[in-house]
Amino acid sequence: MQDPHAAVEAVFRIEFPRLVAGLARLTREVGRAEELAQDALVVALERWPTDGVPDNPGAWLMTTAKRRALDGLRRARIADAKHLQLARETDAGVPDVARALVDALDDDVGDDLLRLVFAACHPVLPTEARVALTLRLVGGLTTAEIARAFLVPEPTIAQRIVRAKRALTDAQVPFEVPRAAERAERLESVLEVIYLIFNEGHVATAGARWTRPELCTDALRIARVVAGLAPAEPEVHGLVALLELSASRLPARVAADGTPVLLADQDRSRWDRVLVRRGLAALARADELVAASGTAAGPYQLQAAIAAHHARALTAEATAWPRIAALYTLLAQRAPSPIVELNRAVALAMAFGPAAGLELVDALVAEAALAGYHLLPAVRGDLLAKLGRGAEAREEFLRAAALTRNEREREVLLARARQCPQTASSLPSGS
Amino acid sequence: MKVMMLMIQKNPTDAPKPPTKEAILAMHQFNEELEKAGVLLDLGGLTPTSRGVRMHYSGSKRTVVDGPFAEAKEAVAGFLLLEVKSLAEAVEWARRSPFGTTMAEGEEATVEIRPLFDASDFDPGKGV
Repeated sequence: MQDPHAAVEAVFRIEFPRLVAGLARLTREVGRAEELAQDALVVALERWPTDGVPDNPGAWLMTTAKRRALDGLRRARIADAKHLQLARETDAGVPDVARALVDALDDDVGDDLLRLVFAACHPVLPTEARVALTLRLVGGLTTAEIARAFLVPEPTIAQRIVRAKRALTDAQVPFEVPRAAERAERLESVLEVIYLIFNEGHVATAGARWTRPELCTDALRIARVVAGLAPAEPEVHGLVALLELSASRLPARVAADGTPVLLADQDRSRWDRVLVRRGLAALARADELVAASGTAAGPYQLQAAIAAHHARALTAEATAWPRIAALYTLLAQRAPSPIVELNRAVALAMAFGPAAGLELVDALVAEAALAGYHLLPAVRGDLLAKLGRGAEAREEFLRAAALTRNEREREVLLARARQCPQTASSLPSGS
Repeated sequence: MKVMMLMIQKNPTDAPKPPTKEAILAMHQFNEELEKAGVLLDLGGLTPTSRGVRMHYSGSKRTVVDGPFAEAKEAVAGFLLLEVKSLAEAVEWARRSPFGTTMAEGEEATVEIRPLFDASDFDPGKGV
Protein backbone atom coordinates (compact mmCIF):
# COMPACT_ATOMS: atom_id res chain seq x y z
CA MET A 1 0.00 0.00 0.00
CA GLN A 2 1.02 3.60 -0.52
CA ASP A 3 2.73 5.50 2.25
CA PRO A 4 0.19 8.20 3.25
CA HIS A 5 2.97 10.68 3.90
CA ALA A 6 4.33 10.19 0.40
CA ALA A 7 0.82 10.72 -0.97
CA VAL A 8 0.43 14.02 0.90
CA GLU A 9 3.84 15.13 -0.36
CA ALA A 10 2.91 14.18 -3.93
CA VAL A 11 -0.36 16.11 -3.75
CA PHE A 12 1.53 19.06 -2.45
CA ARG A 13 4.07 19.01 -5.22
CA ILE A 14 1.24 19.10 -7.72
CA GLU A 15 -0.96 21.62 -5.91
CA PHE A 16 1.44 23.95 -4.12
CA PRO A 17 2.20 26.39 -6.97
CA ARG A 18 -1.47 26.76 -7.92
CA LEU A 19 -2.44 27.04 -4.27
CA VAL A 20 0.06 29.81 -3.53
CA ALA A 21 -0.81 31.58 -6.79
CA GLY A 22 -4.54 31.53 -6.04
CA LEU A 23 -3.99 32.67 -2.47
CA ALA A 24 -1.61 35.44 -3.50
CA ARG A 25 -4.37 36.95 -5.61
CA LEU A 26 -6.45 37.01 -2.44
CA THR A 27 -3.79 38.37 -0.10
CA ARG A 28 -1.91 40.38 -2.76
CA GLU A 29 1.16 39.18 -0.88
CA VAL A 30 3.24 36.18 -1.90
CA GLY A 31 4.73 35.74 1.57
CA ARG A 32 1.38 35.54 3.29
CA ALA A 33 0.03 33.25 0.57
CA GLU A 34 2.91 30.84 1.07
CA GLU A 35 2.27 30.77 4.82
CA LEU A 36 -1.42 30.04 4.30
CA ALA A 37 -0.56 27.22 1.88
CA GLN A 38 1.92 25.89 4.42
CA ASP A 39 -0.77 25.98 7.15
CA ALA A 40 -3.09 24.00 4.88
CA LEU A 41 -0.34 21.43 4.44
CA VAL A 42 -0.05 21.04 8.21
CA VAL A 43 -3.79 20.39 8.45
CA ALA A 44 -3.58 17.92 5.56
CA LEU A 45 -0.69 16.09 7.21
CA GLU A 46 -2.80 15.72 10.37
CA ARG A 47 -5.97 14.55 8.68
CA TRP A 48 -5.20 12.73 5.42
CA PRO A 49 -3.17 9.84 6.85
CA THR A 50 -6.27 8.79 8.86
CA ASP A 51 -9.16 10.21 6.77
CA GLY A 52 -7.58 9.43 3.40
CA VAL A 53 -6.72 11.88 0.62
CA PRO A 54 -9.90 13.73 -0.42
CA ASP A 55 -11.32 13.21 -3.93
CA ASN A 56 -10.38 16.70 -4.99
CA PRO A 57 -7.32 17.48 -2.88
CA GLY A 58 -6.64 20.77 -4.65
CA ALA A 59 -10.06 22.17 -3.82
CA TRP A 60 -9.81 20.84 -0.25
CA LEU A 61 -6.49 22.60 0.30
CA MET A 62 -7.76 25.82 -1.27
CA THR A 63 -10.88 25.80 0.91
CA THR A 64 -8.85 25.15 4.05
CA ALA A 65 -6.35 27.88 3.25
CA LYS A 66 -9.08 30.33 2.20
CA ARG A 67 -10.94 29.79 5.44
CA ARG A 68 -7.78 30.68 7.32
CA ALA A 69 -7.25 33.72 5.14
CA LEU A 70 -10.79 34.91 5.78
CA ASP A 71 -10.42 34.31 9.54
CA GLY A 72 -7.30 36.43 9.40
CA LEU A 73 -9.03 39.16 7.42
CA ARG A 74 -12.00 39.11 9.78
CA ARG A 75 -9.76 39.42 12.79
CA ALA A 76 -7.81 42.22 11.16
CA ARG A 77 -11.02 43.95 10.24
CA ILE A 78 -12.42 43.64 13.74
CA ALA A 79 -9.21 44.97 15.23
CA ASP A 80 -9.28 47.77 12.70
CA ALA A 81 -12.91 48.48 13.36
CA LYS A 82 -12.50 48.53 17.12
CA HIS A 83 -9.68 50.90 16.70
CA LEU A 84 -11.87 53.16 14.62
CA GLN A 85 -14.91 52.47 16.77
CA LEU A 86 -16.84 51.29 13.77
CA ALA A 87 -17.49 47.78 15.02
CA ARG A 88 -21.10 47.77 13.85
CA GLU A 89 -20.04 47.83 10.20
CA THR A 90 -17.92 44.74 10.34
CA ASP A 91 -20.67 42.13 10.34
CA ALA A 92 -22.16 43.58 7.18
CA GLY A 93 -18.81 44.08 5.52
CA VAL A 94 -17.25 40.67 5.84
CA PRO A 95 -19.59 38.57 3.69
CA ASP A 96 -19.10 40.93 0.75
CA VAL A 97 -15.37 40.60 1.04
CA ALA A 98 -15.72 36.84 1.28
CA ARG A 99 -17.96 36.63 -1.79
CA ALA A 100 -15.65 38.80 -3.84
CA LEU A 101 -12.71 36.66 -2.85
CA VAL A 102 -14.46 33.42 -3.71
CA ASP A 103 -15.50 34.85 -7.10
CA ALA A 104 -11.99 35.95 -7.80
CA LEU A 105 -10.61 32.52 -7.01
CA ASP A 106 -12.91 30.81 -9.47
CA ASP A 107 -11.13 32.45 -12.41
CA ASP A 108 -8.45 30.73 -14.41
CA VAL A 109 -5.41 30.12 -12.27
CA GLY A 110 -2.95 30.43 -15.17
CA ASP A 111 -2.60 34.20 -14.88
CA ASP A 112 -2.00 33.89 -11.16
CA LEU A 113 0.73 31.33 -11.74
CA LEU A 114 2.46 33.63 -14.19
CA ARG A 115 2.23 36.46 -11.64
CA LEU A 116 3.77 34.13 -9.09
CA VAL A 117 6.64 33.27 -11.44
CA PHE A 118 7.36 36.95 -11.99
CA ALA A 119 7.22 37.68 -8.25
CA ALA A 120 9.59 34.84 -7.36
CA CYS A 121 12.10 36.08 -9.95
CA HIS A 122 11.73 39.76 -9.07
CA PRO A 123 14.95 41.79 -9.53
CA VAL A 124 14.56 43.27 -6.04
CA LEU A 125 15.76 39.88 -4.76
CA PRO A 126 19.35 38.65 -4.83
CA THR A 127 19.92 35.83 -7.32
CA GLU A 128 20.23 33.14 -4.63
CA ALA A 129 16.87 34.18 -3.21
CA ARG A 130 15.20 34.12 -6.64
CA VAL A 131 16.51 30.62 -7.20
CA ALA A 132 15.31 29.34 -3.81
CA LEU A 133 11.92 31.04 -4.06
CA THR A 134 11.31 29.79 -7.61
CA LEU A 135 12.10 26.20 -6.65
CA ARG A 136 9.88 26.51 -3.59
CA LEU A 137 6.88 28.35 -5.05
CA VAL A 138 6.89 27.37 -8.71
CA GLY A 139 8.66 24.02 -8.50
CA GLY A 140 6.86 22.94 -5.32
CA LEU A 141 10.08 21.67 -3.71
CA THR A 142 10.38 21.59 0.07
CA THR A 143 13.10 23.61 1.77
CA ALA A 144 14.78 20.29 2.68
CA GLU A 145 14.87 19.27 -0.98
CA ILE A 146 16.30 22.63 -2.04
CA ALA A 147 18.93 22.45 0.69
CA ARG A 148 19.94 18.95 -0.43
CA ALA A 149 20.16 20.08 -4.03
CA PHE A 150 22.48 22.97 -3.19
CA LEU A 151 24.46 21.11 -0.50
CA VAL A 152 23.68 23.67 2.20
CA PRO A 153 22.01 23.20 5.60
CA GLU A 154 18.21 23.37 5.58
CA PRO A 155 18.02 26.40 7.93
CA THR A 156 20.09 28.37 5.41
CA ILE A 157 17.47 27.82 2.70
CA ALA A 158 14.57 28.34 5.11
CA GLN A 159 16.04 31.68 6.15
CA ARG A 160 16.78 32.66 2.55
CA ILE A 161 13.12 32.08 1.69
CA VAL A 162 11.85 33.98 4.74
CA ARG A 163 14.07 36.93 3.85
CA ALA A 164 13.01 36.81 0.21
CA LYS A 165 9.32 36.87 1.14
CA ARG A 166 9.92 39.77 3.50
CA ALA A 167 11.89 41.64 0.82
CA LEU A 168 8.95 41.27 -1.60
CA THR A 169 6.57 42.63 1.03
CA ASP A 170 8.88 45.48 2.04
CA ALA A 171 9.39 46.50 -1.57
CA GLN A 172 5.60 46.33 -2.05
CA VAL A 173 6.10 44.26 -5.18
CA PRO A 174 2.71 44.11 -6.86
CA PHE A 175 1.26 40.70 -7.68
CA GLU A 176 1.01 41.24 -11.42
CA VAL A 177 2.40 40.37 -14.82
CA PRO A 178 4.67 43.29 -15.76
CA ARG A 179 3.54 45.48 -18.65
CA ALA A 180 5.13 45.98 -22.05
CA ALA A 181 8.13 48.15 -21.24
CA GLU A 182 9.16 46.21 -18.16
CA ARG A 183 8.06 42.80 -19.37
CA ALA A 184 11.06 41.85 -21.54
CA GLU A 185 13.53 42.62 -18.79
CA ARG A 186 11.51 40.82 -16.15
CA LEU A 187 11.06 37.78 -18.39
CA GLU A 188 14.81 37.71 -18.85
CA SER A 189 15.20 37.42 -15.09
CA VAL A 190 12.70 34.52 -15.00
CA LEU A 191 14.56 32.65 -17.75
CA GLU A 192 17.91 33.36 -16.14
CA VAL A 193 16.77 31.88 -12.82
CA ILE A 194 15.56 28.70 -14.53
CA TYR A 195 18.79 28.51 -16.52
CA LEU A 196 20.87 28.89 -13.35
CA ILE A 197 18.98 26.09 -11.62
CA PHE A 198 19.52 23.83 -14.60
CA ASN A 199 23.18 24.71 -14.85
CA GLU A 200 23.82 23.94 -11.21
CA GLY A 201 22.55 20.44 -11.93
CA HIS A 202 24.36 20.16 -15.25
CA VAL A 203 27.81 21.02 -13.90
CA ALA A 204 27.68 21.15 -10.13
CA THR A 205 29.89 24.04 -9.01
CA ALA A 206 31.00 22.10 -5.94
CA GLY A 207 30.85 18.71 -4.32
CA ALA A 208 31.67 15.10 -5.02
CA ARG A 209 29.31 14.61 -7.97
CA TRP A 210 29.81 15.97 -11.46
CA THR A 211 26.11 16.42 -12.16
CA ARG A 212 22.92 16.61 -10.13
CA PRO A 213 20.30 15.50 -12.62
CA GLU A 214 17.41 16.07 -10.17
CA LEU A 215 18.04 19.82 -10.36
CA CYS A 216 18.07 19.67 -14.16
CA THR A 217 14.75 17.88 -14.07
CA ASP A 218 13.29 20.45 -11.66
CA ALA A 219 14.47 23.32 -13.87
CA LEU A 220 13.10 21.66 -16.98
CA ARG A 221 9.72 21.13 -15.36
CA ILE A 222 9.54 24.80 -14.34
CA ALA A 223 10.63 25.86 -17.84
CA ARG A 224 7.84 23.78 -19.41
CA VAL A 225 5.31 25.31 -17.01
CA VAL A 226 6.44 28.83 -17.93
CA ALA A 227 6.28 27.98 -21.64
CA GLY A 228 2.66 26.96 -21.10
CA LEU A 229 1.96 30.24 -19.30
CA ALA A 230 3.71 32.51 -21.83
CA PRO A 231 3.41 30.58 -25.11
CA ALA A 232 3.91 33.62 -27.34
CA GLU A 233 7.45 34.34 -26.08
CA PRO A 234 10.05 32.80 -28.43
CA GLU A 235 12.83 32.91 -25.84
CA VAL A 236 10.80 30.80 -23.41
CA HIS A 237 10.63 28.07 -26.07
CA GLY A 238 14.29 28.73 -26.84
CA LEU A 239 15.15 28.06 -23.19
CA VAL A 240 12.94 24.95 -23.07
CA ALA A 241 14.65 23.69 -26.23
CA LEU A 242 18.12 24.34 -24.81
CA LEU A 243 17.29 22.56 -21.55
CA GLU A 244 15.55 19.58 -23.19
CA LEU A 245 18.51 19.08 -25.53
CA SER A 246 21.10 19.50 -22.78
CA ALA A 247 19.16 17.15 -20.49
CA SER A 248 18.99 14.56 -23.26
CA ARG A 249 22.76 14.11 -22.89
CA LEU A 250 22.76 13.70 -19.10
CA PRO A 251 22.65 9.88 -19.16
CA ALA A 252 25.87 9.87 -21.21
CA ARG A 253 27.70 12.62 -19.32
CA VAL A 254 28.79 10.49 -16.37
CA ALA A 255 30.68 7.19 -16.57
CA ALA A 256 29.72 4.28 -14.33
CA ASP A 257 32.48 5.25 -11.88
CA GLY A 258 31.22 8.83 -11.64
CA THR A 259 33.84 10.48 -13.86
CA PRO A 260 32.66 13.11 -16.35
CA VAL A 261 32.45 12.12 -20.01
CA LEU A 262 32.96 15.00 -22.40
CA LEU A 263 30.73 15.52 -25.44
CA ALA A 264 33.17 14.07 -27.97
CA ASP A 265 33.54 10.85 -25.96
CA GLN A 266 29.89 10.28 -25.09
CA ASP A 267 28.05 7.15 -26.08
CA ARG A 268 25.38 8.83 -28.18
CA SER A 269 23.11 5.81 -28.02
CA ARG A 270 22.54 6.78 -24.38
CA TRP A 271 21.13 10.19 -25.27
CA ASP A 272 17.48 10.43 -24.41
CA ARG A 273 15.68 10.45 -27.78
CA VAL A 274 12.37 11.62 -26.28
CA LEU A 275 14.05 14.73 -24.88
CA VAL A 276 15.92 15.31 -28.15
CA ARG A 277 12.63 15.23 -30.04
CA ARG A 278 10.97 17.56 -27.52
CA GLY A 279 13.94 19.92 -27.71
CA LEU A 280 13.86 20.07 -31.49
CA ALA A 281 10.10 20.67 -31.41
CA ALA A 282 10.50 23.53 -28.91
CA LEU A 283 13.26 25.04 -31.06
CA ALA A 284 11.01 24.83 -34.12
CA ARG A 285 8.32 26.70 -32.16
CA ALA A 286 10.81 29.43 -31.19
CA ASP A 287 11.95 29.68 -34.82
CA GLU A 288 8.34 30.01 -36.03
CA LEU A 289 7.53 32.76 -33.52
CA VAL A 290 10.67 34.68 -34.42
CA ALA A 291 9.99 34.31 -38.14
CA ALA A 292 6.38 35.44 -37.69
CA SER A 293 7.34 38.54 -35.70
CA GLY A 294 10.35 39.42 -37.82
CA THR A 295 12.60 39.72 -34.75
CA ALA A 296 16.10 38.30 -34.30
CA ALA A 297 16.74 35.00 -32.56
CA GLY A 298 17.45 35.43 -28.84
CA PRO A 299 20.44 34.05 -26.92
CA TYR A 300 18.62 30.94 -25.62
CA GLN A 301 17.28 30.14 -29.07
CA LEU A 302 20.79 30.45 -30.55
CA GLN A 303 22.24 28.21 -27.85
CA ALA A 304 19.44 25.73 -28.50
CA ALA A 305 20.28 25.82 -32.22
CA ILE A 306 23.87 24.93 -31.32
CA ALA A 307 22.69 22.11 -29.04
CA ALA A 308 20.45 20.89 -31.88
CA HIS A 309 23.47 20.52 -34.16
CA HIS A 310 25.07 18.26 -31.56
CA ALA A 311 21.82 16.34 -31.11
CA ARG A 312 21.53 15.68 -34.85
CA ALA A 313 25.13 14.47 -35.23
CA LEU A 314 25.14 10.68 -35.07
CA THR A 315 28.86 10.68 -34.27
CA ALA A 316 31.16 13.33 -32.81
CA GLU A 317 33.00 13.43 -36.15
CA ALA A 318 29.76 14.24 -37.98
CA THR A 319 29.25 17.44 -35.98
CA ALA A 320 28.64 20.51 -38.15
CA TRP A 321 31.37 22.58 -36.45
CA PRO A 322 31.51 25.38 -39.06
CA ARG A 323 27.74 25.89 -38.56
CA ILE A 324 28.20 25.86 -34.80
CA ALA A 325 31.06 28.36 -35.02
CA ALA A 326 28.81 30.63 -37.11
CA LEU A 327 26.03 30.37 -34.50
CA TYR A 328 28.52 31.28 -31.75
CA THR A 329 29.48 34.34 -33.77
CA LEU A 330 25.80 35.34 -33.90
CA LEU A 331 25.49 34.66 -30.19
CA ALA A 332 28.57 36.77 -29.47
CA GLN A 333 26.93 39.66 -31.30
CA ARG A 334 23.55 39.19 -29.64
CA ALA A 335 24.80 38.54 -26.09
CA PRO A 336 28.51 39.28 -25.90
CA SER A 337 30.34 37.65 -23.01
CA PRO A 338 33.82 36.19 -22.44
CA ILE A 339 32.25 32.76 -21.88
CA VAL A 340 30.56 32.86 -25.27
CA GLU A 341 33.91 33.84 -26.77
CA LEU A 342 35.55 30.87 -25.08
CA ASN A 343 32.93 28.55 -26.55
CA ARG A 344 33.36 30.20 -29.92
CA ALA A 345 37.09 29.48 -29.67
CA VAL A 346 36.37 25.81 -29.08
CA ALA A 347 34.02 25.70 -32.09
CA LEU A 348 36.58 27.52 -34.28
CA ALA A 349 39.26 25.05 -33.22
CA MET A 350 37.01 22.13 -34.09
CA ALA A 351 36.02 23.66 -37.42
CA PHE A 352 39.32 25.15 -38.59
CA GLY A 353 42.05 23.61 -36.41
CA PRO A 354 43.46 24.26 -32.91
CA ALA A 355 45.56 27.27 -33.99
CA ALA A 356 42.41 29.19 -34.99
CA GLY A 357 40.90 28.55 -31.57
CA LEU A 358 44.08 29.29 -29.64
CA GLU A 359 44.35 32.73 -31.18
CA LEU A 360 40.99 33.69 -29.68
CA VAL A 361 41.70 31.98 -26.35
CA ASP A 362 45.00 33.83 -25.99
CA ALA A 363 43.10 37.08 -26.43
CA LEU A 364 40.83 36.03 -23.55
CA VAL A 365 43.65 35.33 -21.08
CA ALA A 366 43.79 38.99 -20.10
CA GLU A 367 39.99 39.05 -19.58
CA ALA A 368 39.36 39.90 -15.94
CA ALA A 369 35.93 38.24 -15.94
CA LEU A 370 37.55 34.88 -16.68
CA ALA A 371 40.39 35.24 -14.17
CA GLY A 372 39.13 32.47 -11.86
CA TYR A 373 37.27 30.45 -14.48
CA HIS A 374 38.76 26.96 -14.70
CA LEU A 375 37.51 26.24 -18.21
CA LEU A 376 39.75 28.93 -19.72
CA PRO A 377 43.00 27.14 -18.83
CA ALA A 378 41.27 23.80 -19.50
CA VAL A 379 40.43 24.82 -23.08
CA ARG A 380 43.82 26.46 -23.58
CA GLY A 381 45.51 23.30 -22.31
CA ASP A 382 43.50 21.17 -24.72
CA LEU A 383 44.41 23.33 -27.71
CA LEU A 384 48.09 23.49 -26.72
CA ALA A 385 48.15 19.70 -26.33
CA LYS A 386 46.66 19.33 -29.82
CA LEU A 387 49.38 21.64 -31.15
CA GLY A 388 52.02 19.45 -29.49
CA ARG A 389 53.01 22.06 -26.89
CA GLY A 390 52.90 19.50 -24.07
CA ALA A 391 54.73 21.36 -21.32
CA GLU A 392 52.57 24.46 -21.69
CA ALA A 393 49.45 22.30 -21.90
CA ARG A 394 50.40 20.57 -18.66
CA GLU A 395 50.73 23.92 -16.87
CA GLU A 396 47.29 24.93 -18.05
CA PHE A 397 45.63 21.68 -16.96
CA LEU A 398 47.21 22.01 -13.51
CA ARG A 399 45.98 25.60 -13.29
CA ALA A 400 42.46 24.50 -14.27
CA ALA A 401 42.53 21.66 -11.71
CA ALA A 402 43.47 24.13 -8.98
CA LEU A 403 40.57 26.42 -9.93
CA THR A 404 37.65 23.98 -10.14
CA ARG A 405 35.63 23.22 -7.03
CA ASN A 406 34.13 20.06 -8.50
CA GLU A 407 36.16 17.06 -7.36
CA ARG A 408 35.28 14.86 -10.34
CA GLU A 409 36.28 17.56 -12.78
CA ARG A 410 39.57 18.07 -10.92
CA GLU A 411 40.43 14.39 -11.33
CA VAL A 412 39.87 14.57 -15.09
CA LEU A 413 42.02 17.70 -15.40
CA LEU A 414 44.85 16.19 -13.34
CA ALA A 415 44.71 13.06 -15.48
CA ARG A 416 45.06 15.18 -18.61
CA ALA A 417 48.01 17.02 -17.07
CA ARG A 418 49.68 13.65 -16.42
CA GLN A 419 49.15 12.62 -20.05
CA CYS A 420 51.05 15.65 -21.34
CA PRO A 421 54.65 15.10 -22.39
CA GLN A 422 56.91 16.80 -19.83
CA THR A 423 59.31 18.41 -22.27
CA ALA A 424 58.56 21.36 -24.49
CA SER A 425 60.58 19.84 -27.31
CA SER A 426 58.15 16.96 -27.94
CA LEU A 427 57.04 16.71 -31.54
CA PRO A 428 53.56 17.77 -32.57
CA SER A 429 51.25 14.79 -32.90
CA GLY A 430 49.98 13.94 -36.36
CA SER A 431 46.30 14.31 -35.47
CA MET B 1 12.02 9.73 -12.50
CA LYS B 2 10.41 8.72 -15.74
CA VAL B 3 7.35 6.51 -15.50
CA MET B 4 5.30 4.81 -18.17
CA MET B 5 1.59 4.82 -17.45
CA LEU B 6 -0.07 2.03 -19.36
CA MET B 7 -3.82 2.14 -19.83
CA ILE B 8 -4.94 -1.45 -19.91
CA GLN B 9 -8.38 -2.40 -21.08
CA LYS B 10 -10.05 -5.56 -19.71
CA ASN B 11 -11.78 -7.99 -22.08
CA PRO B 12 -11.08 -6.00 -25.23
CA THR B 13 -13.56 -6.32 -28.07
CA ASP B 14 -12.81 -6.35 -31.80
CA ALA B 15 -14.99 -3.37 -32.48
CA PRO B 16 -15.08 -1.17 -29.39
CA LYS B 17 -17.68 1.55 -29.27
CA PRO B 18 -16.18 4.92 -30.12
CA PRO B 19 -15.67 7.05 -27.00
CA THR B 20 -18.29 9.68 -26.23
CA LYS B 21 -17.62 13.35 -26.76
CA GLU B 22 -17.50 13.84 -22.99
CA ALA B 23 -14.91 11.07 -22.63
CA ILE B 24 -12.69 12.58 -25.31
CA LEU B 25 -12.98 16.01 -23.75
CA ALA B 26 -12.17 14.67 -20.28
CA MET B 27 -9.08 12.87 -21.57
CA HIS B 28 -8.02 15.95 -23.47
CA GLN B 29 -8.36 18.10 -20.36
CA PHE B 30 -6.38 15.62 -18.32
CA ASN B 31 -3.57 15.54 -20.88
CA GLU B 32 -3.55 19.30 -20.96
CA GLU B 33 -3.25 19.43 -17.19
CA LEU B 34 -0.23 17.12 -17.35
CA GLU B 35 1.28 19.27 -20.08
CA LYS B 36 0.75 22.50 -18.12
CA ALA B 37 2.36 20.96 -15.05
CA GLY B 38 5.45 20.18 -17.12
CA VAL B 39 5.32 16.43 -16.40
CA LEU B 40 4.09 15.06 -19.74
CA LEU B 41 6.86 13.83 -22.04
CA ASP B 42 4.93 11.78 -24.51
CA LEU B 43 1.61 10.05 -25.02
CA GLY B 44 -0.20 7.86 -27.47
CA GLY B 45 -3.38 5.91 -27.98
CA LEU B 46 -3.34 2.44 -29.50
CA THR B 47 -5.80 1.16 -32.09
CA PRO B 48 -7.77 -2.04 -31.32
CA THR B 49 -5.86 -5.33 -31.45
CA SER B 50 -7.78 -6.22 -34.64
CA ARG B 51 -5.49 -3.77 -36.43
CA GLY B 52 -2.31 -5.18 -34.89
CA VAL B 53 -0.14 -8.26 -35.20
CA ARG B 54 1.80 -10.35 -32.74
CA MET B 55 5.15 -11.93 -33.33
CA HIS B 56 5.88 -15.10 -31.36
CA TYR B 57 9.49 -16.08 -30.78
CA SER B 58 10.55 -19.56 -29.87
CA GLY B 59 14.20 -20.34 -30.35
CA SER B 60 14.91 -19.45 -33.94
CA LYS B 61 11.26 -19.82 -34.97
CA ARG B 62 9.19 -16.70 -35.64
CA THR B 63 5.43 -16.79 -36.08
CA VAL B 64 3.26 -13.86 -37.08
CA VAL B 65 -0.28 -13.85 -35.69
CA ASP B 66 -2.79 -11.33 -36.99
CA GLY B 67 -5.09 -9.56 -34.53
CA PRO B 68 -7.52 -9.65 -32.89
CA PHE B 69 -6.06 -11.94 -30.27
CA ALA B 70 -8.93 -14.16 -29.26
CA GLU B 71 -7.32 -15.40 -26.06
CA ALA B 72 -6.32 -11.95 -24.77
CA LYS B 73 -7.99 -10.88 -21.52
CA GLU B 74 -6.27 -7.50 -21.53
CA ALA B 75 -4.95 -5.10 -24.11
CA VAL B 76 -2.86 -1.96 -23.78
CA ALA B 77 -5.03 0.89 -25.05
CA GLY B 78 -2.69 3.79 -24.56
CA PHE B 79 0.31 5.17 -22.73
CA LEU B 80 1.57 8.29 -21.04
CA LEU B 81 5.27 8.91 -20.47
CA LEU B 82 5.69 11.18 -17.45
CA GLU B 83 8.63 12.78 -15.65
CA VAL B 84 7.70 12.93 -11.96
CA LYS B 85 9.44 13.40 -8.64
CA SER B 86 8.29 10.12 -7.13
CA LEU B 87 6.13 7.08 -7.74
CA ALA B 88 3.64 8.64 -5.30
CA GLU B 89 3.35 11.65 -7.60
CA ALA B 90 2.60 9.36 -10.54
CA VAL B 91 -0.12 7.66 -8.46
CA GLU B 92 -1.54 11.09 -7.63
CA TRP B 93 -1.71 12.01 -11.31
CA ALA B 94 -3.33 8.68 -12.14
CA ARG B 95 -5.94 9.36 -9.44
CA ARG B 96 -6.86 12.56 -11.32
CA SER B 97 -7.24 10.79 -14.63
CA PRO B 98 -10.76 10.36 -15.98
CA PHE B 99 -10.22 6.71 -17.02
CA GLY B 100 -12.95 5.10 -14.90
CA THR B 101 -15.49 7.86 -15.36
CA THR B 102 -15.33 7.84 -19.15
CA MET B 103 -16.10 4.15 -19.58
CA ALA B 104 -19.41 2.50 -20.30
CA GLU B 105 -21.23 0.61 -17.55
CA GLY B 106 -19.60 -2.74 -16.86
CA GLU B 107 -16.30 -1.93 -18.58
CA GLU B 108 -13.15 -2.19 -16.54
CA ALA B 109 -9.65 -0.89 -16.95
CA THR B 110 -6.33 -0.85 -15.14
CA VAL B 111 -3.59 1.72 -15.16
CA GLU B 112 -0.17 0.24 -14.67
CA ILE B 113 2.61 2.60 -13.57
CA ARG B 114 6.11 1.40 -14.33
CA PRO B 115 9.26 3.43 -13.63
CA LEU B 116 11.86 3.39 -16.39
CA PHE B 117 15.45 2.49 -15.64
CA ASP B 118 17.64 5.53 -15.33
CA ALA B 119 21.37 6.12 -15.12
CA SER B 120 21.35 5.88 -11.31
CA ASP B 121 20.13 2.28 -11.53
CA PHE B 122 23.53 1.42 -12.97
CA ASP B 123 25.55 3.92 -10.97
CA PRO B 124 27.71 2.29 -8.29
CA GLY B 125 28.21 5.72 -6.73
CA LYS B 126 24.49 5.95 -5.94
CA GLY B 127 23.71 7.35 -2.53
CA VAL B 128 26.74 9.64 -2.40
